[in-house]
Parts: sequence; C-alpha cells; structure tokens
Amino acid sequence: MNLTLVFLVLTNLLLLASGRLSTCIRIVAAQGVALGLLALSTGRPGLSIGAIALSLVSILLKGIVFPTLLSRAIREAQVRREARPFVGYTASVTLGVVLLLGAFGLDSRLALPRSDYPPLSVPAAFFTILVGLFLIVSRKQALSQVLGYLVMENGIFAFGLIHAREEGFLVGLGILLDVFVAVFVMGIAIFHINREFDHIDTERLSALKDWER
Amino acid sequence: MTMNAIGLLHTLAALVLAPLLPAIIARTKARFAGRQGPPLLQGYADLGKLFRKGTVLSRTATWVFLAGPIATCAALATTLAFVPLGGLAAPVSFGADLILVAYLLGVARFVTVLAALDTGSSFEGMGGSREVLVAALAEPALLIGLAALARFTGHFSLGPMIGSVTGPAWLAGAPALALVAAAVFVVMLAENARIPFDDPNTHLELTMIHEVMVLDHSGPALALVHYGAALKLWIFGALLAGIVVPVRTANPWIDGAAALAGIAAIAVVIGVVESTRARVRLRSIPQLLVGAGALSALAMILVLG
Repeated sequence: MNLTLVFLVLTNLLLLASGRLSTCIRIVAAQGVALGLLALSTGRPGLSIGAIALSLVSILLKGIVFPTLLSRAIREAQVRREARPFVGYTASVTLGVVLLLGAFGLDSRLALPRSDYPPLSVPAAFFTILVGLFLIVSRKQALSQVLGYLVMENGIFAFGLIHAREEGFLVGLGILLDVFVAVFVMGIAIFHINREFDHIDTERLSALKDWER
Repeated sequence: MTMNAIGLLHTLAALVLAPLLPAIIARTKARFAGRQGPPLLQGYADLGKLFRKGTVLSRTATWVFLAGPIATCAALATTLAFVPLGGLAAPVSFGADLILVAYLLGVARFVTVLAALDTGSSFEGMGGSREVLVAALAEPALLIGLAALARFTGHFSLGPMIGSVTGPAWLAGAPALALVAAAVFVVMLAENARIPFDDPNTHLELTMIHEVMVLDHSGPALALVHYGAALKLWIFGALLAGIVVPVRTANPWIDGAAALAGIAAIAVVIGVVESTRARVRLRSIPQLLVGAGALSALAMILVLG
C-alpha cells in the first residue's frame, strides 16, 4: 500500500515533467489503475463485493475508457505535445516538490481523525489534488487541462478511499460517475473547439475568432 | 576517527580494478551493437600506451594545466579511503565524512575545470562551464539522498551508514531506499559524463561536456585523466552497490565479493542504458537532474514522516 502511494507521488512528478500528451495520458491511466488496486487493499479485512466492484469499475474507466477517449481526442485534434506551457517543466518539478511539502504541512495542520493507514496516505492524496489543480492552471492545451482534472479527481478518489470508510463504496462510485460524465462532455467540447478553431490551445481562445482575420 | 585495516583492501582493489569498469561498459555496448568489443584489459593497455608517450603543451599552458590531472587523481584516491565496499567498512571514517567525500569530488572537478581554462581554448572554457552547471545541479540531489540515508540508518558517516543498509532495512524502508538508489544512479550518470547527459565517445566540441575539457591533454596527463574518470566511476559504483546489494554477513570477504559483483553489474546496467537511450539535449539536462533531486527529496520526506 505504501508502494502504491509512492507510485502515486512519483507519477505526479513525472506528469509535471513530461510534455508529450500521449505520455501524459498513459501516466494518468497508470495512476487510475494503481488507485483501483488501492481500493482493493483499503477495504476492511476480507474482500467485500463493494470493494471489488469499485476497483473493477475504477480500473475499467480510468485504465481503458478514458485513455481511449483522450487518445482519440489527440488524434482528431492532431496535437502531440504541450508546446509552451505557462510554467516550464523544470520549474514545474521544483514547484512539485514545494507542493509536496505543502501537502505534508496541510496534513499536519488538519486534525484529521487518525486512522491506521500509513502516514504518507493523506499527503499523497492532497499532493495529487494540488498537482491536478496546478496542471489545470499552468498548461495551455485543453487536453492537458482535462488530464489535470482527472489527476485532481484521482486525488479526491484516493482521499475518499482512505477517509470515507463507512460509505466508501457509494462515495467512490459517485465520484466515478461525475468524472465519467465530465470527461465525456469535455471530449465532445474539445472536438467542437477543434472543429471550429483548428486548434485546442486555450490561450488563443481568449481572442475572438472574427477579430483574428 | 576510526581506522580499519581490512578496509584498505577495498582501496587497493579500487586502485587496481577501476580501469576494468569502462571496459565492461564498452563491451556491453558492443554486444548490443552485435560486435565483439574490446578485451576487458583494454583499459590497462591504453593507460600503458599513454604513459609511454610524450606530452604536447599549449603555449598558454602553465603548471596549473599539468597539476590538474595529478590533483584530480589525488583527490579521488583520497575519496576512496572514505568509501566502504558494501559491508566491508571504509579504511578511514569519522562523523559526517560524507560531506568531506562530496567536497573531495568537488575539488577533483574544480582542478579539472581549472586545467581546462588554463589551455586558453574557448571550447574548453565552454566544457568547463557545462561541467560546473551539471555538477551544481547533481550535488544537491546526491547530498539530499545521502542525508535521507543518514537519517534512515542513524549514522552520519559513510562507512557505518552503508554498512547498516541490510536486508531487514530494505524490508522496512524499501520505497525510500529505492528512491535514494535511483537518485544516486542518475547522479552517477551525470557526474561521470555518461549518456543521457553526455556522450563519452563523441568528439564534437559543441555538444560534449567532459571530453571537451580534456582535449588538450596528451600522454601521461591524458592517462591520469582517464584513470581519474575510472576512479570516479568506481566511487559512485561502490556507493550505489552499497545501497542496492544488502549482503551484510560478518565475513568481510563475502560482503566484499558481493559488492564487487554489484559494481560490475552496475557497469553492465550503464552499458545497457547507454545502448538504449539517446543523449538528451543540453537544455533538458537540468530537468533530469532536478528530477533526481525530487526523488531524493521524496526519499527524505518518506524517511522523516
């Protein structure tokens, strides 16, 4: 379980450092699968049907459905990489370490009910949420922002697994449903943006199309 | 300060066996390319050839130029005295000697850069500036990683620190130890000018880092440069082997042999990395090293938590 959490933190750092969209999609997918496995290992002693179902649905959605949808989106939009993000990759990783420290600080400030989970679990979840938010504000491509949203959701999912112990199954399924709808809508939105403007660079969307001519 | 007579065996072994490492790497790369590769003893033959040759000096070169390779070798040989070989303790150790080790490596780099600047060639100045840039980024990654290890094992001296990375220690703190090992590996590639940071085989001045600084060296000076490079590779190999090969019986022979096998395996891994990865652009080097620093920092956080 500790290994899964370290994997979560490492994949976050990797996401901050990589600019190729297909790589980013794969990293987020790996994160989703890891979280699905985490869902198995956090259940009460003995595997419940709910935990297994949550794990399967999560792996199916995040490991297969989302990557397929997003890969199709980048194929349609013909973007390969995040051309020039607002914050460079080296600076992103450095900021990532700062965010990690912030996540630990947040964990020590919040008086969360102590559970028997490893001390890394809450900071790792916070860190994932923070990285997701950071990706949304620091990247220009609409697709990277969708990925940031997914990463943030991964963090919320991890936090839910750890702390929503009583109704963990319902909370997890609820989050997954939200995300599924959101990614679906975003995928359609990206498709339409791309068809209208021939690109999905959000910075250039701030100028009206008619004015560019 | 504690002295350990049997640890001298490692120092001697390192001084004798170090030129084997580049040969192992070259052979691994040759295998990947479908070639036979140079014999394992090629390093010694090259050193012997260079020592018999004469030296050509640039007109602007002063004694600093000749002192460079000698001081580099001296600093690295001194460093060896503090580096343990797995469970085989270092000959000399005292509290916080890992800081001395880090800065002895710094001294070796500094005199190499001075010698490069002394030739008066603009290319060598460029190489020197790049080398210092890489080192400035690699050093925090190494020091934070070692600090995490010191915190984890409770020893602030390199010998006991590496000595207490045992099998049970791996079971207790596998994520942190693996992160430190990964960071040390990346730093090793950077400090020894290997792919993906620098291509040791290239001779295009515009892209290379370490090799460009020693372009003007010839004869015995070049031999010392090559020997110093091999020693440095050995030092990092011994450090990394000490972390990833947790064989700690009470018998120094078994421990030492296991660590030696680990160093040879690390050389093979470097060969594999060099065969399968491309050199990254100069601008991407800081990104890789900051990544290694992030790994070290994460290990430190894990150990503190």
